[in-house]
Amino acid sequence: MIDLSKITYEGEGPIVNEFCLSICTVNGSGSATANHILYRTLFHMGIPTSGKNIFPSNIKGLPTWFVIRASQKGYTGRQPYDDIVVAMNQVTFEKDMTYLPAGGVVFYGDHLTLPETPNPDLIYYPMPIKSLIKQVDVPRKLVSFMENMIFVGIVGQVLRIPLEDLKFTIYEHFSSKPKIADSNFSMVKLGYDYATENIEKHDRFVTEKLPPMEDYILTDGNNAGGLGALFGGAQYCSWYPITPATSLVESMIDQIDQLRHDPVTGKKTCVILQVEDELAAVGAALGAGWGGLRSMTATSGPGISLMTENIGLAYFAEIPLVIWDVQRVGPSTGLPTRTAQGDLSMLYFLGHGDTSHIILIPGTVTECFEFGWKSLDFAERYQTPIFVLSDLDLGMNQWVTKKFEYPNKPIDRGRVVWEKDLEELEVWGRYMDIDGDGIPRRSVMGNQSPRAAYFTRGTGHDVYGNYNEDPKNWSEILGRIGKKLRSAIPYLPAPVFRKAKQDADIGIIGMGSTDDAIREAQDKLAEIGIHADYMRVRSLPSDTAVREFIASHSRSYVLELNRDGQLCDILSLEISEYSEKLISISDIGGLPMTAAWAVEEIIKRERKVGGSGN
Amino acid sequence: METKAVELNLCGLALSDYKGKPSTLCPGCGHNTISAQVQNAVWELGLPPERYVKLSGIGCSSKGPNYFLNRSFGFNGLHGRMPTLASGACFADASIHILGFSGDGDTASIGMGHFKHVIRRNVPMTYIIENNGCYGLTKGQFSATSDQGLVLKHQGVNMLPPLDMCMEALISGATFVARAYAGDTKQLKELIKAAISQRGIAVIDVISPCVTFNNQDDALQSYTWGRENEAPLHDLKHFINHEDLENEGFKPGTYRELKLDDGTYIVMRKLDKDYDPTDRNAALDLLTESYKNKYYATGLIYISEAQDTIQDLYDLPDEPMNRIGADRLRPTKAMLDEINRSLY
Repeated sequence: MIDLSKITYEGEGPIVNEFCLSICTVNGSGSATANHILYRTLFHMGIPTSGKNIFPSNIKGLPTWFVIRASQKGYTGRQPYDDIVVAMNQVTFEKDMTYLPAGGVVFYGDHLTLPETPNPDLIYYPMPIKSLIKQVDVPRKLVSFMENMIFVGIVGQVLRIPLEDLKFTIYEHFSSKPKIADSNFSMVKLGYDYATENIEKHDRFVTEKLPPMEDYILTDGNNAGGLGALFGGAQYCSWYPITPATSLVESMIDQIDQLRHDPVTGKKTCVILQVEDELAAVGAALGAGWGGLRSMTATSGPGISLMTENIGLAYFAEIPLVIWDVQRVGPSTGLPTRTAQGDLSMLYFLGHGDTSHIILIPGTVTECFEFGWKSLDFAERYQTPIFVLSDLDLGMNQWVTKKFEYPNKPIDRGRVVWEKDLEELEVWGRYMDIDGDGIPRRSVMGNQSPRAAYFTRGTGHDVYGNYNEDPKNWSEILGRIGKKLRSAIPYLPAPVFRKAKQDADIGIIGMGSTDDAIREAQDKLAEIGIHADYMRVRSLPSDTAVREFIASHSRSYVLELNRDGQLCDILSLEISEYSEKLISISDIGGLPMTAAWAVEEIIKRERKVGGSGN
Repeated sequence: METKAVELNLCGLALSDYKGKPSTLCPGCGHNTISAQVQNAVWELGLPPERYVKLSGIGCSSKGPNYFLNRSFGFNGLHGRMPTLASGACFADASIHILGFSGDGDTASIGMGHFKHVIRRNVPMTYIIENNGCYGLTKGQFSATSDQGLVLKHQGVNMLPPLDMCMEALISGATFVARAYAGDTKQLKELIKAAISQRGIAVIDVISPCVTFNNQDDALQSYTWGRENEAPLHDLKHFINHEDLENEGFKPGTYRELKLDDGTYIVMRKLDKDYDPTDRNAALDLLTESYKNKYYATGLIYISEAQDTIQDLYDLPDEPMNRIGADRLRPTKAMLDEINRSLY
């Protein structure tokens, strides 16, 4: 926990478009819409924002927090303290206020009881939600939803969010249900008008409209991943529900009807099948991939554990398959609703015997879309399981992200041979390296050529698929698979660099959803004279660009959300000649990384190095 | 020298066109008989081997598909997981018939969940359990279908009661349930033909003796026991054309005829009792009674009206999904523009 006494709001006067606001409610109380309206309005006002849902593994009745970070400077990673608290839950009320530094703001439903001696350094705005709601006629079952809309009005007014922007968002949100939009807006207006007449503002946080963020959209990584798969031509997805991967498949289910009608027959071109467990989910996806469909599944760490044997089979029998791992906190059942980067080593080494896997690591929601379609191309091109490693923060939280870009190349079905192709092939075997690059040609069921069939097996096989125990053959087949995987590396998503504003001797390396926090940390370090270049790894095994980055810095800090520094370990193995240049900084508690933590950890180590600080 | 003309089937292929690799199973293994009868049945049905795929799990049974239908795609997958492969592969090309091969270890133990669920989903396939009441490939352990009280070397006495796989199939909702005995090759072949001809999942539990580990005279799955305790429900014959059936000259009232989903026929000639395989309760009674008295009622135990298969539940194009051109799989740019607009 951060030392709040060190947080001071500089200067005087309004603090514009820079705040972290936590809405503290009880889960199942219908606050999601209210949270969303507030958040989406800020986005509409052109203010970079993020919305993170810190929720329990529970359906109703436990505390839950929705954290909005608005930042004109574009820092939307998690902040380890709040500037504004909207308290609606008595159980957590006192604790929620302990995350506020002096000058922090508390909006609280006046049905909540303040502590006997409230912190005098905070600014309090009681919200008479219960008495306001009595003034209007609301159906009983909608009361808690409507109460939430009242706080949107009050908080919005005090933050100087224009009423017309709130209205715009509400009517956009309920665009297909104008009556519901009316009633929601009337509640927001009720709160807004109350605040206008009764609340005297004495805190410093305000919003101001900025130019619209026209190149951006607001969504979550699982929606993006599901859409990416649909635009990637996924034809089959078998799955088993698991938090936090479920909404990726549900996003596909919701959008198949609109997106995946065959232009020729009008029928659907994608099958989603929920099965009995993760073994079946991956097994069925394997069957479909083997049969020549663009096939995928989505799960989280515990699901990967169950899928492991099948994935090893896919690797060795060379079957295309995409597997999304939306990470949560492990080991074991762990923290199902919290985020982590703890599955990297598992995926990298997954399976018994000699295996190696391609892992794509999106760091933004837009990349979830992009890797969603690309992964299917890679799977079919290289005839192997492709992992897409996301996490709960990226997958389930709301992000302002670059608009999705239409795929810039046609779908790649890889080297599938049909009847005509076989006529032209004098010699052919399913596992024969005809093209010399380690990637064999592949026939699939339904091919009517008498030469098409082969016997797929996870046991030792020769180039024709026949059972074989010969040591030389085994080593050749496995060697070729290794060669095939290595041939993919130059085509995988390259790392993204963010150079320091001046020459830097220090590197920072990260992956995935920590991007926002690390960029903020990079800037904060620069402010105190520690200049560092930042590289975000987007795929493994790593390519030469990663090696060059590490080689060209005297030391690189590898920041990640797990206990043992898995990315650092893997890079140390892959680039062993520079492993002493890599310094691991890792921690795991289930919440997204903060820039403050990254800064502190790097400063600590820089001091030891001799406080070069450049 | 006189050369005998090679007999050809409806699509002009010889039985040898349906052969597989030489078997590496033990001589006398019941599974070899099953392999031979699959080859015969598929040849007699008259479709090319390319119209079939063979899926299997792990174990002696699952090595089987290597020994017939070389020209059919095969997939020898993981222990107990064959039904999951079928649940995906069936969408790749719905015109291809799936033949699934499994054993009692593969289906009744490690794969029981998948077995139940593949039936529940009604994945269109023929599911053959080569049931020898023991683990062969790991050299003679008890399986979930081993008889209670069975004694095996190294294992001692089997303390647990066996599962009846026909009962498991029936109560899971299978639309075709049969039991056969590998020693009764004619009946086995006719049942395989009928199973392939019916839409939806068809389960055949074949009692298939393991000559190496479980063929003692008193073992439930031995040749001796099978010979002495097999009780055929009827005399079965499959016909492709009704004309052939008429020419057979069955006496009226002595047989029951059922039209199968592909338009072919299965004829069941009555033996000592009149058994109605379309009566689910009769099937349950029969299985309960035969389990209790340790005999094998063989033949077509249950057949129902065709139910929707898993493929019927999706609104898919008629052509094979794995041949649909890539240009038909990607939504348009206008669709993505609309999504971007709606998320702004």
